[in-house]
Amino acid sequence: MNRLTPSPLTRAIVGIVVGAFFAIPLVSTLIYTLRMPDGSLSWSRWTGLFDPHTVAALKPLWTGLGNSLVLCVVTVAIVLLLLAPTMVLVALRFARLRRAFEFAVLLPISIPAIVLVVGLAPIYQQIGRLFGTGAWTLAFAYGITVLPFAYRAIQASIDAVDLRTLAEAARSLGAGWTAVIVRVLAPNLRQGLLAASLISIAVVLGEFTIASLLNRQVFQTAMVVVQKQDPYTPAIFTLLALVLAFTLLLLIGRAARGTRKARP
Amino acid sequence: MTVVTTAGVDAAASASTPARRGSWSWLGLVPFAAYVLLFLALPSVLAVASGFFDRRGAFTWDNITALGDPLIVETFANSAGLSLLTAVIGALAGALVCYAMLGLHPEGLVRSAVDAAAGVLAQFGGVMLAFAFIATIGLQGVVRLFLLDAFGIDIFANGTWLYDLPGLVLPYIYFQIPLMVITFMPALSALRPQWAEATLTLGGSRRAFWSYVGIPVLAPSFFASLLLLFANAFSSYATAAALASQGAEIVPLRIRSALTSETVLGRENLAGALALGMIVVVGIVMFVYSAVQRRAARWYQA
Repeated sequence: MNRLTPSPLTRAIVGIVVGAFFAIPLVSTLIYTLRMPDGSLSWSRWTGLFDPHTVAALKPLWTGLGNSLVLCVVTVAIVLLLLAPTMVLVALRFARLRRAFEFAVLLPISIPAIVLVVGLAPIYQQIGRLFGTGAWTLAFAYGITVLPFAYRAIQASIDAVDLRTLAEAARSLGAGWTAVIVRVLAPNLRQGLLAASLISIAVVLGEFTIASLLNRQVFQTAMVVVQKQDPYTPAIFTLLALVLAFTLLLLIGRAARGTRKARP
Repeated sequence: MTVVTTAGVDAAASASTPARRGSWSWLGLVPFAAYVLLFLALPSVLAVASGFFDRRGAFTWDNITALGDPLIVETFANSAGLSLLTAVIGALAGALVCYAMLGLHPEGLVRSAVDAAAGVLAQFGGVMLAFAFIATIGLQGVVRLFLLDAFGIDIFANGTWLYDLPGLVLPYIYFQIPLMVITFMPALSALRPQWAEATLTLGGSRRAFWSYVGIPVLAPSFFASLLLLFANAFSSYATAAALASQGAEIVPLRIRSALTSETVLGRENLAGALALGMIVVVGIVMFVYSAVQRRAARWYQA
């Protein structure tokens, strides 16, 4: 059917070699968590995770995870309540600004987090004075790091529907602007908004650079702390996080495919 | 990466009616603009500007001249070398994976699984990746002990390189290949089977197709992806930070020690100067990337 396709043999060789390169560290990590000092294999480290004794030893990890979940909520709020309405406004009223807007929101790709954190340090000293040093304040910085990903996801949805016609139709039927945005536009963009939220969660849960250099306790920094005493539990959490992330990404993929099908 | 979003711009712009004069709708842009100014523009400017001042706020060239210090130059060379090596290996291996997936149904099981896996693994770079490699080829790593017990091979015979610069190569390749798959697959999918058929009809071979049509068409996309991988490795911090808890062989780790210790090389605010150096390198690479990508994008319009 297609003269470009590689032969099944080529496909198999590439699949096996590259597959092995990616599988070996993951399988090794699994065996690492199962291997007991005497050489036998056991799931006891996995089942012992919720043991009252270990719960105390893993306190930093649970604190960090709690902080990270709060950060997920605040970051998603920034995406849904600040970025998304602004994108709708740009699409409806300021189409000429779109190029400049796009440049600004894609900029964080080109600014390494390690550079951003040098400039964020003095700003967070001020924020510490205003709002205290609670972990949730990191969400202001995370909102910036997720901008490019969230923007792409939402923009794909905006491109797929005719916002202007929808908004004008709703307005001429007597809807106020709040009703237009909440009851007409948001439902039409829900796949993009969902994908943007999921990818923001994935990025926030995996963020280490900014949190560690601003001395905030989040999931990833707690993993490093715990790893110094107990290398096995972070390995277990690594595998769990990978499975969770893979599931999230499959969901995003399905959401994105849904958007594509909705297009004429 | 930007290619996805630029296609609809002109259509949207031409279809739009100008914003109503005297309307107050621009006020709606203010909160977001303020947010971006405060948390993106201001930190970037502060990061770079702080390199030009000493602790008391007086202007100085000291930090900038410190970039010429042999130790700092070596750090930048290490970073560039590591990024280039992993970008080239990642780009070649990733392109091979894309080629192997050519002709598979885009919504089929293999493609969606590989897409999702690539999405996860490209973001996997971080402390968790470091843990996975410590579990694999660390001192107590499963693969290391297996090689030692079964074949008597000690991968650390010449020192435990995992926690040093050479130890970053494998983990970096681990997140570079998936990023290559994500960025290069659209370009490879845009190769039209008709071009191959045309070549074959005109008496050319498969080899002729690849050397006269396929590779020349794909070269700009490949080069653009290579640049993106380079920038990706150059700015990466978390994996290295988790593996090398003390060292400062690459620029991001040097920034860490400049931020956490009072003075490095007896200079204050060196972090700002290092940040400036990084922004210049990544900025140039990303600028060339978007220029090449724009040129490559003309083959995408299906």
